[in-house]
Amino acid sequence: MATRNVISRDTGVEDAQYKWGFEFNIESDVVPKGLSEDVVRLISSKKQEPDWMLEWRLKAYRHWLKLRTEEPTWANLHHEPIDFQDISYYAAPRSQGDGPKSLEDVDPEILEAFSKLGIPLEEQKKLTGVAIDAVLDSVSVATTYRDLLEKAGVIFCPISEAIRNHPDLVKKYLGSVVPYSDNFYATLNSAVFSDGSFCYIPPGVRCPVELMTYFRINELDTGQFERTLIIADKGSYVSYLEGCTAPMRKTHQLHAAVVELITLEDAEIKYSTLQNWYPGDKDGNGGVYNFVTKRGKALGDRSKISWTQVETGSAITWKYPSVVLMGDDTVGEFYSVALVNRHQQADTGTKMTHVGKNTRSTIVAKGISAGQGNNTYRGQVKIMPTATNARNFTQCDSLLIGDRCGAHTVPYIEVRNPTASLEHEASTSKVSDDQIFYLQQRGISDEEAHYMIINGFCRGIFKELPFEFAAEASQLLRVSLEGAVG
Amino acid sequence: MAATNSHSDPLLEVKGLHAAVADTEILKGIDLTVNRGEVHAIMGPNGSGKSTLANVLAGRPEYHITEGTALFQGQDLLAMLPEIRAREGMFLAFQYPIELPGVRTWQFLKAAVDNIREHRGLPELSIREFDGLLEEKRQMVEIDPDLVKRSVNEGFSGGEKKRNEILQMALMDPSLAILDETDSGLDIDALRIVSNGVNRFRESTKSVILVTHYQRILNYITPDYVHVLLDGRIVKSGGSELALKLEENGYDWVRGLAVQDGRTESSKEAPTV
Repeated sequence: MATRNVISRDTGVEDAQYKWGFEFNIESDVVPKGLSEDVVRLISSKKQEPDWMLEWRLKAYRHWLKLRTEEPTWANLHHEPIDFQDISYYAAPRSQGDGPKSLEDVDPEILEAFSKLGIPLEEQKKLTGVAIDAVLDSVSVATTYRDLLEKAGVIFCPISEAIRNHPDLVKKYLGSVVPYSDNFYATLNSAVFSDGSFCYIPPGVRCPVELMTYFRINELDTGQFERTLIIADKGSYVSYLEGCTAPMRKTHQLHAAVVELITLEDAEIKYSTLQNWYPGDKDGNGGVYNFVTKRGKALGDRSKISWTQVETGSAITWKYPSVVLMGDDTVGEFYSVALVNRHQQADTGTKMTHVGKNTRSTIVAKGISAGQGNNTYRGQVKIMPTATNARNFTQCDSLLIGDRCGAHTVPYIEVRNPTASLEHEASTSKVSDDQIFYLQQRGISDEEAHYMIINGFCRGIFKELPFEFAAEASQLLRVSLEGAVG
Repeated sequence: MAATNSHSDPLLEVKGLHAAVADTEILKGIDLTVNRGEVHAIMGPNGSGKSTLANVLAGRPEYHITEGTALFQGQDLLAMLPEIRAREGMFLAFQYPIELPGVRTWQFLKAAVDNIREHRGLPELSIREFDGLLEEKRQMVEIDPDLVKRSVNEGFSGGEKKRNEILQMALMDPSLAILDETDSGLDIDALRIVSNGVNRFRESTKSVILVTHYQRILNYITPDYVHVLLDGRIVKSGGSELALKLEENGYDWVRGLAVQDGRTESSKEAPTV
């Protein structure tokens, strides 16, 4: 396939159980395991943060201590209790110190390592039309296309840098969508978040390139707690991509991110994720626990937030990218493919909260279950009394492969305004023998036939992705399903 | 009772073939030889095993072969996976073409042609070359060009589905095409288009097995041989005139013949001829 691979260049089929499983051999500065007020202070000081930021973290940490016994249990997920004292909360490549100022300062070994993942950061090799912020463990190591973005007035930088250089924006919006007290994992993240991307699009600007953050967990027993904040000012537009991988580890790794999106009047954010954290081996050992809070607030009238996610990795996925439709005539969208294989578990979906008048939301969720995987769609549509003429369309489709996997759909619908109009469609299907035989009779192998049908099942979602990502997503599905079909 | 022609070039040789689905035996000893360039019509009433024969030859997994042999181009057909049979040049036009939601027809056709060409040691067609070939064949079956952009058979009319099957046949260029009731449910225009497609295909050294309930399509495609299938066996074979005789006398006539021959136990009706 001649397409550029954003996540990896080598997603060929032969030995591709998990191609991203190698470890970078980079010396790191890792804080000792365990969580305490001192660790929170240490992270803040390593980032040279202003006092207000440290205070916010400490508030979150103290709140988390109160929540300590309230780890959420409502999701359809089963795992051993997580020992939060057995995790290191900060790891940074030693050579990077405080993060690079320009690409020339980036350790060549890090460039080489990202290049191996198919993410070239060097100026001459960078991906056309995609500006990348590369995050390794707890710090951002490089951001490409800085000049072009600066000319357009777009701010795209590590959040730690934004805290220092754009404190007014950060203060105004950080925690405005996901407050530090929001939920167990978001609170933990607020206390210990290390890095992530910050993005601000000024009024009327259509961001000239796609923005991408590539997250990589490298260190053993290290949690990744990134925090992303994207603000689209009046009449602006941005398409943002996120990709993730991790080395193969025998033990579980924790990833607890928070993403906040804000759109002002007439602005639009399109947020796409290809999540390919290590899923664990065939017996269910290892793999990333992915507990993520993603939420957007369509604050200004006529603004739009669209989430597209392809979730193929992680041992456990707990994730509900949501939209609060505050402004009148705002639009929220959620397009999702979640695939589980082996012993993977996913409990994922969305929340659409309609507050403004004439607000519209669309939810299309496709779940694929294979092996002994367990897939749950959990979605909430909430129409508040103020949301006159709100509309929602929800479609949940599940596809089962084999007879040891599970698919569940748990919709919550809450309507408090009689003018609302909601539609919900759901289906569960298996790849039929007739379909496979039909394709085989056209010379297509059993295995290939399965991929074609699965890709077809996901087509409505893939078309929402930027072009390069769509090809990559389809290859990811193939690699993730290896051994489960044919 | 099979039509055989020992000095010709056999493409398919079926001997004593028995096949069952679950525990029910449906084919009870089929003998059939198809030489290159021949068109064989398999006729018979509903439930006689016509479609089963077509599907068994193509390798549909739910049928179990309990006895017998089948050689295709001299090779053991029954040992081949369905996709290998297809790549070796056996094509089945489905009685009920399957819908593939989200799978674009263009991609499906390209994948089919790619697999066939690779198997035959031919270079992969570029998108441009393939589009050229597709356009030529598409015009032949008079399919709306927008149809190839849509999901395979999804929302197609009955006639469009059948024409799509003939399009696939034309693109895949098999040596043996098995048409399973391709004529059923077609209006007269679609029947003409489909028959033209088959006749064009026939002009070379290709062979066709035409499974049909009605004589109607044989007005458009003249078979070299007609076989009548009854209760899992070929009870009568002949030339194209046999089809006309069937049309005149109905299947009860053959049932009668079969009873006389002691070939079927199921029919209790007296011979009408």
